[in-house]
Amino acid sequence: MKHLTSINSKALRVERTIAGAGEPPATNTAARVDDVVALQQGPPQQPQAPHIPLGCTMIFSPGWETDSSGGTAGLCTPVERDLYDCHNGCFWPAQVPDQLNHAPDWTAKCAAAQKDWRKIDLVFP
Amino acid sequence: MSQLALREFHRFESAGREFVYLVPSAAVFMLDGPAAAVLGELGSGPVAEGELIGRLADRFPADELADTIAELRRVRAIGENGVSPRAQPKQMPPADFPLSTMVLNVTNQCNLSCTYCYEYGEDKIVDTENGKKPKFMSEETARESVDFMFRQAGANRYVHLTFFGGETLLNFPVLKSTLAYAVRRAAELGKQVDFSLTTNATLLRPEIIEWLADNKIGVTISIDGPKEMQDQFRVFKSGVGSYDIIAPKIRELLKQHRSRPIGARVTLTSQTLDVHRIYRHLTEDIGFHEVGFAPVTTSAVRGHAIGDGGFDRMLAQFRSLAGEFLEHALVNKHHGFSNVRETLEEIHKGMSKAYPCGAGLGLMGVSTDGDVALCHRFAGSDDHKLGTVRTGVDKLVQIGFLEKHHIDDKTDCRQCWARPLCSGGCYHEAHTRYGDTAQANLHYCEWIRGWTDTCLQIYGELAARNPGYFAQWNEEMNHEAPHVN
Repeated sequence: MKHLTSINSKALRVERTIAGAGEPPATNTAARVDDVVALQQGPPQQPQAPHIPLGCTMIFSPGWETDSSGGTAGLCTPVERDLYDCHNGCFWPAQVPDQLNHAPDWTAKCAAAQKDWRKIDLVFP
Repeated sequence: MSQLALREFHRFESAGREFVYLVPSAAVFMLDGPAAAVLGELGSGPVAEGELIGRLADRFPADELADTIAELRRVRAIGENGVSPRAQPKQMPPADFPLSTMVLNVTNQCNLSCTYCYEYGEDKIVDTENGKKPKFMSEETARESVDFMFRQAGANRYVHLTFFGGETLLNFPVLKSTLAYAVRRAAELGKQVDFSLTTNATLLRPEIIEWLADNKIGVTISIDGPKEMQDQFRVFKSGVGSYDIIAPKIRELLKQHRSRPIGARVTLTSQTLDVHRIYRHLTEDIGFHEVGFAPVTTSAVRGHAIGDGGFDRMLAQFRSLAGEFLEHALVNKHHGFSNVRETLEEIHKGMSKAYPCGAGLGLMGVSTDGDVALCHRFAGSDDHKLGTVRTGVDKLVQIGFLEKHHIDDKTDCRQCWARPLCSGGCYHEAHTRYGDTAQANLHYCEWIRGWTDTCLQIYGELAARNPGYFAQWNEEMNHEAPHVN
């Protein structure tokens, strides 16, 4: 590297890792920009991970709306996640708590949805 | 159109140069002109690569800028806007993680009654009064603990045994026999063990000093500074201060015990917040090799708790003493402000911690009855017990603890650039403040970030002006015993 100088041991390791990996996959991103993968497009992985679309219009997601008995108690994807995905990751306006006035802290414990969605709770008036 | 945006890092300047501390890798890179300009420009918001190059074209050639952008992307200082770096799976330590330090609470008794003490004061968590725990560890329990330590160390060749209390020296007979036993067992097992202890210095006498020196025992003295500061909290049961008793004993110890550097460990309170004066007294008047400072662990309501303004004051004082450390380090001279040295070492190695410390993992505390706890501060607490020295560590409890306390589960820390080093802070501090070991210590975040920034600046200055200073940490393994307080 020419513009960055490794200073500590970890930087040296990062530099070596990059040198060992040759051209980083990150430079392929331009080619992938046109590759529509719903709303989730992380940086390319080594080896490349399968595309898993997230978002209701792009995929048939069994258990998303109702469970096998027509209710919501046995959803394989909990209703909280459903709400949160629509609200946060999708252009579609979802019925979510009013975060301006009524439930400002609704997502306070959810810094990264893919990990923390369980912490989003229902809001009771 | 894809745009470039900043990723997580902390930028700092030192010796007229620009650096970044990348999060979470904890790598430190120095930036050249184009790299600093690219990061500066992106600081005002995401920009497409072409436009970014255009904006800086009057200052740097376009191909230089393109190279710079590629490099910054590779180290993940910048990335595509709106694309969060894919979350790495939570990495748990291996199930057979070896023990490297065992802290043995050889007694719960103390001949001082320091009013802020976490073991006896208002915030204590261990029941030492109702006869539930023996006041002194027996020789047998100590031997069983040593056996446990070597078993638990697995393939580790080096182990540290730290004696702790109560006042450690109240149980001197057991210290002596345990040390002899551990040395013998280590020889039989082909391992190496070293020893340290923490004491209030009141019971030091020639025979003990000789034993400490002969056995190369690392000694940490709990002392708060000059007389009026020491005597504010570190008092006998009668209320009489302990300074006059301990000062001559410590001087004698420092004179006789030359086989290991001897450090002072200072508890800072709102009433005794004068870092410079304490440091001067302990190094110049008394002669300590090193002085480490830590704010008192206490719930916020206590009078001696350091409040918000106090943390700012403490940071300013730490900064100024750290400046002195830097002056010494630039000419390869020793300076005894150990808080800086420890942080610099962690920065140099690029430590990115999943846990704030080794408690419950590479370090465990043993109470007087042989219960194994997260660390010495929890030794004897049933709620934080991991097992016993006889039956070993309950793996399920240990894994449960490690699962719950992983940095990935501390939502509060997720946006903080200092998390590779802090990782949420001391479990015991969190337990005392919030009643929950898993809670991040939010009351000192500003202080941690301020202090980490200071140490990064010192690190950068040394990197620019005296990089040879870091050679001391370049060995693959460092077997130095940790400080226990």
